[in-house]
Amino acid sequence: MKSLTILNYQWKDLVRGKWIFGYALIYLLISDALIRFGGSGPKALLSISNVMLLLVPLVSMIYGALYLYQSKEFTELLLAQPLNRKTLFWGLYGGLAIPLSSAYTLGVLIPMLYSGMLNGEQIVSILMLLALGIILTLLFTGIGFWLGLSYFEDRIKGLGFALVGWLFLAVLYDGLVLLIIFMLGDYPIEKPMLALTMLNPIDLARIIVLLEFDISALMGYTGAIFNRFFGSFWGIITAGLSLMLWLVIPLWGSTRKFREMDF
Amino acid sequence: MIEFKNITKKFGKLTVLDGINLEIPDGQATGIVGPNGSGKTTAIKSLLGLVKPTEGNIYVNEETVSENWQYRDGIGYMPQVARYPENMTVAELFRFIKKIRNGEPSHEDELISYFGLEPELDKAMRTLSGGNCQKVGAVLSMMFNPDLLIFDEPTAGLDPRSSVQFKNKVRELKSEGKTILLTTHIMSEIEELADYLIFIVEGKIKYHGPMQQLLDAHKSQRLEGAVAKMMEEAAA
Repeated sequence: MKSLTILNYQWKDLVRGKWIFGYALIYLLISDALIRFGGSGPKALLSISNVMLLLVPLVSMIYGALYLYQSKEFTELLLAQPLNRKTLFWGLYGGLAIPLSSAYTLGVLIPMLYSGMLNGEQIVSILMLLALGIILTLLFTGIGFWLGLSYFEDRIKGLGFALVGWLFLAVLYDGLVLLIIFMLGDYPIEKPMLALTMLNPIDLARIIVLLEFDISALMGYTGAIFNRFFGSFWGIITAGLSLMLWLVIPLWGSTRKFREMDF
Repeated sequence: MIEFKNITKKFGKLTVLDGINLEIPDGQATGIVGPNGSGKTTAIKSLLGLVKPTEGNIYVNEETVSENWQYRDGIGYMPQVARYPENMTVAELFRFIKKIRNGEPSHEDELISYFGLEPELDKAMRTLSGGNCQKVGAVLSMMFNPDLLIFDEPTAGLDPRSSVQFKNKVRELKSEGKTILLTTHIMSEIEELADYLIFIVEGKIKYHGPMQQLLDAHKSQRLEGAVAKMMEEAAA
């Protein structure tokens, strides 16, 4: 109950800050433009997915850390009250993760709504796109929180690691995988490669997107392995479950950190 | 009663509190003094559960402090540097804390008028002067009528008039039988308000007992002289 009181306050504070509307507006404009130029078919959906895969982790992670720094006073004030640290943590986390997810969902959904995309047979793909965005938001807000708590007194470090972490997972990781494949191409490396993919949540989300849209040409090496290994359906299930597992890790880490740290 | 049992706190290699044992009985006012960086604030923060001791345990009314939060129901805390959510107005802040406390009975109106905070109620916390921020902290610490009040450098940002007002309030609370714990650098304040004294140097307790006893031991009229002497002895 008290978590909700905190969440409610955080929400009001976000609304007052107004940037959350800007965040929703970005998705709205991008989705609108992509649907306008790409038609209301799977092509537009795929383009939106690509934007989502880059933008959601970046904003969630950076803002997750930044938000903790901004709420420092608030946190210190509440810690001296008769309040469980766990309650406070979920209030803070929910106060950011829920508005971020809502902004993403609304921003993507509204243009689809007035383009009449929801009536078609793509409804499953659209729901999946929304679900993936929400899961990634929750996950990377958790990682941002974890970094923010680990470097609570040193925000340059916290934000720096968040930025580098995003660059690594969203951009460099694929290059690394390619490099390994290039160097070790003569060996049977399919299974290690599969494991390597599961270690990157953004990769997992991308593979789910590619498997859903069944674009083998764009699947890349790891996507192709996934497809061959599990087939489309089981591939999506396996990747989805791994992603859920991924969601638990940063949340477990940051609740533990929050419970034990000094303020 | 507050009990510190063998409390040690290390931040990395730095030992801030070094095996502290303390018993603070109910219904008395205790002043904590010591040089800068001697561990006063860390001791207070450990008592509040903001800082987790490396070793040892703290008990408030025989209830352990670690992994516990209900005991804070009976504590009012006024921090050294009062920092509050910037966008909240003063009135919103009070409302919010009352909600967090599940609408516990509070007498903030009386305290707001006592400290003259009425004109500030609709202002955002970030626009408040340092002194008014301190007053908000004072109201927050007293509004739920707690049995234990902890003031960390309470008068540091207050003008003389507010400072006198604050001290009168503390005396009033004392006469009501509340337990009061306060740190300050102003020795006259301790003389005015406290009956007992805790002297901390480098995380160790050098003196704990009635103030008069300390003055007699050092053949000193004023606390300032006695404490200065102790500091010199500790440094030597």
